[in-house]
Amino acid sequence: MEITKDLTIPKLFYEKARSYGDDRVAMREKQFGIWRPITWKRYFDEVKYLSLGLVSLGLEDGDKIAMIGDNRPEGLWAEMAALCSRGVGVWLFQDCLIDEVKYIVDHSDTKFLFGEGQEEVDKAISIFHECPKLQKVIWDDPKGMRNYDQDFLISLKEVQQRGRELEAQQPDLFEKIVRKGHGDEVALLFYTSGTTSAPKGALLSHNNMLMMGKHLMEVDPCRESDDYVSYLPFAWIGEQMMSISCGLQIGYTINFPEEPETAQENIREIGPHVMFAPPRMYEQMTRSVQVKYLDATWLKRKFYEIAHNIGYRVADYRFKKKPIPPFWNLLHKLSLLTVQKKLKDHLGLSRVRHAYTGGAAMGPDHFRFFHALGVNLKQIYGQTEVAGISVVHRDGDIKFDTVGHPIPGTEVRITDEGEIITRSPSVFLGYYKNPEATEKALRDGWLHSDDKGFVDDDGHLVVFDRTKDVFTLRDGKPFSPQYLETRLKFSPYIKDSWVIGDRRDYVTAVMCIDYAVVGKWADEKKINYTSYHELSQQAEVYDLVERQIRQANKDLPESARIARFTNLYKELDPDDDELTRTRKLRRSFVEKRYEDIVNALYSDAEMVHIDTTIKYEDGRQSDIKTDLTIRQTGD
Amino acid sequence: MVAADEIKEGDVLLELEDVHMTFGKVQALIGVNLKIRKGEIHSVIGPNGAGKTVMMNCINGLYQPQQGNIHFKNQRINHLKPYERADLGMARTFQKVEVFGGLTVLDNIRLGRHVHFRSGILSGAAYLGKTKREEIEHRTFIEEQIIDLLEIQHIRSKPVGMLPYGLQKRVELGRALALEPELLILDEPLAGLNLEEVEDMARFILDVNQEMHWRVTCLLVEHDMGVVMDLSDRVFVLNFGYMIMDGKPEDVQNNPEVIKAYLGEEDLYATRA
Repeated sequence: MEITKDLTIPKLFYEKARSYGDDRVAMREKQFGIWRPITWKRYFDEVKYLSLGLVSLGLEDGDKIAMIGDNRPEGLWAEMAALCSRGVGVWLFQDCLIDEVKYIVDHSDTKFLFGEGQEEVDKAISIFHECPKLQKVIWDDPKGMRNYDQDFLISLKEVQQRGRELEAQQPDLFEKIVRKGHGDEVALLFYTSGTTSAPKGALLSHNNMLMMGKHLMEVDPCRESDDYVSYLPFAWIGEQMMSISCGLQIGYTINFPEEPETAQENIREIGPHVMFAPPRMYEQMTRSVQVKYLDATWLKRKFYEIAHNIGYRVADYRFKKKPIPPFWNLLHKLSLLTVQKKLKDHLGLSRVRHAYTGGAAMGPDHFRFFHALGVNLKQIYGQTEVAGISVVHRDGDIKFDTVGHPIPGTEVRITDEGEIITRSPSVFLGYYKNPEATEKALRDGWLHSDDKGFVDDDGHLVVFDRTKDVFTLRDGKPFSPQYLETRLKFSPYIKDSWVIGDRRDYVTAVMCIDYAVVGKWADEKKINYTSYHELSQQAEVYDLVERQIRQANKDLPESARIARFTNLYKELDPDDDELTRTRKLRRSFVEKRYEDIVNALYSDAEMVHIDTTIKYEDGRQSDIKTDLTIRQTGD
Repeated sequence: MVAADEIKEGDVLLELEDVHMTFGKVQALIGVNLKIRKGEIHSVIGPNGAGKTVMMNCINGLYQPQQGNIHFKNQRINHLKPYERADLGMARTFQKVEVFGGLTVLDNIRLGRHVHFRSGILSGAAYLGKTKREEIEHRTFIEEQIIDLLEIQHIRSKPVGMLPYGLQKRVELGRALALEPELLILDEPLAGLNLEEVEDMARFILDVNQEMHWRVTCLLVEHDMGVVMDLSDRVFVLNFGYMIMDGKPEDVQNNPEVIKAYLGEEDLYATRA
């Protein structure tokens, strides 16, 4: 179907559902241990009645409808219904705290809020009276809902029932409303978490979204028969791009895991053909392989090592675009047969044609790891403001320090100041209720990203970090701390790290150990500990972390090496505002919060005293009084 | 001694009448009387060594009391073996989890379903027709009612022995529920759990007690006073074999004798703040 200015997501949905009917499966959800298919016909009916139900509840053109909850068919129905009734969809991250929910619901002028079940309803109830524009809260999972009688609560089934009644009175109403839409109208209002400021709401049109899917699939075509697993938050633009922009256009099957905890297992069962995830997902996969490796028997370890070395060798030939010598080709086939096929199957990657990573920088070690496995992993560069991505690697032209070439219809330029700017049909309409920010981001049709980068000799775009995050080392050279941080994260023992050193005499780091992996390591070494904090401060753990740092320091210029470090007494957490919801470090925030630690790292101190309160996820607080050791990194 | 409120006979699910239990010279239960009504959560509290677990063991048949009567569903059950009581609709969990560590979560729960299987060994071996249908029905029940309720989808096929303690407790509860009991005896279901697990478990207990298709009467032995006072319809206080009181939670909290015997000791009254 050609994408014209007149085409909207609902119109496309209408056509697709009509042509596929009951013959094709639109989505699957694993429920009660069984994959249950939902055909396009049923998808259509669910959306139609929900959409009409919203109209009967008083939805008017352009009203905002917010959604919060895990990835599940009802979530997608709600979004599609919102669009079909000419509303605007606003997704919230499932783990948003009450303040964030309140800010977004209030700022976006949300009229209806879809929550999944009791947990989301509880959040909604606690903010309801502070958000005067909010009228109804709709839930779909009845578990635990028996004692709720607030009159602003209504179940999804009831809304659909209202929709059925409305249809009985006006049988062609749904089609009429869908026909009214225009591609330039606002479809989605997406809040960007931002590493530096309060969330901004980016307005995306139907055309923005559809053009995005079209252009991406011109590079890497998807097929109708493909399977896709939707398990990353719908509030993340990457997931929207795959589920809505691409999914609706090509009509592949979207699969929903049973529970968030079972996602990895369910991905394996489905074996998706396309995958798009932020680096942390791939980092987790790498980690799970590394941890299994540490646990395996000697023989298995040897097999893995040999196979992986062959894989690295072959991947390097490919990176250099050199032909693979027959001898290595044979070895590669052998290792594929004996080790890698199995390993890929365990990770759910055995059928993947295209795997993308984006949203944050991915370390070269992780990148090479997947290519050594034979997974076609590509970097992308994008942002919410271009409805997804603008730059991606092409097959056979992959360099792990770049993000590739712009997708069709997209122009990318570097300004004199080194800022990356983009022009494409997918560039957003502006920020909601924030003209200053819009003016700053959109100039003469160009989207200013605030990211720095350059185009290399092969025409690949290289993205530094956020402008503010690029360091100047003592020898005057620019340096990206993320580069070091991602290298450190390649170690299974390191969960997170925070590298400091802008305009300082030397580079330092605050490390967060991985509690599960280091805990297991400590058990084997018979080291006693009772908590994260205690474990992190053990001398042996410091030795372990130091070894990982030395590994990451290798082949770096002396001025960029980490000279001193400390282990933090807790993990960095989005709930404490230290990371964004997509797990990017908020540098200025942590610098202020851990000022004492930073000062100590840049003094001769061997200890830093901490006296603070930590808030647990369950709401408890406890005082922490402790001394953190500061260690000099040896050579 | 405070008497329990007047109870209509038809409402009583379980009744203990002047139950005495002694081990050698140790008197563990001395003339205990207890009436549990259908649909309530009835808690038993008392200091360590008060005889709570002995009382539970008498109810489900692990011990035979030397004196007194135990009635379940208007039937005297003193002479019945534990498995016969299970058949009548009585299930329990244990203070220290008693699961089959080598079996998977699903198999552990299936085992609890055993009393409802009607087909014999031979037809089970052939696995045809009725047996197959029956097996599928039971699996559906387990998936839809138990695994979903207890949120253990992600560990369905894991061996229970490999799981953390909190999840093992959940599995044990799942196995007890598979019986579809009318009376569920929970012996310290919260002991050894962290705060989040306690909240989850309290929610599950409320769910099985209140959800339409469960409506299970619960007999709860527990030390966590915060949870006991929140969940229970009635609280029974036991002190070294004697009943001190049986009444509503708020009355129990204010009863001087109870406070003296039990609640007054601050560390015992420790609740998870």
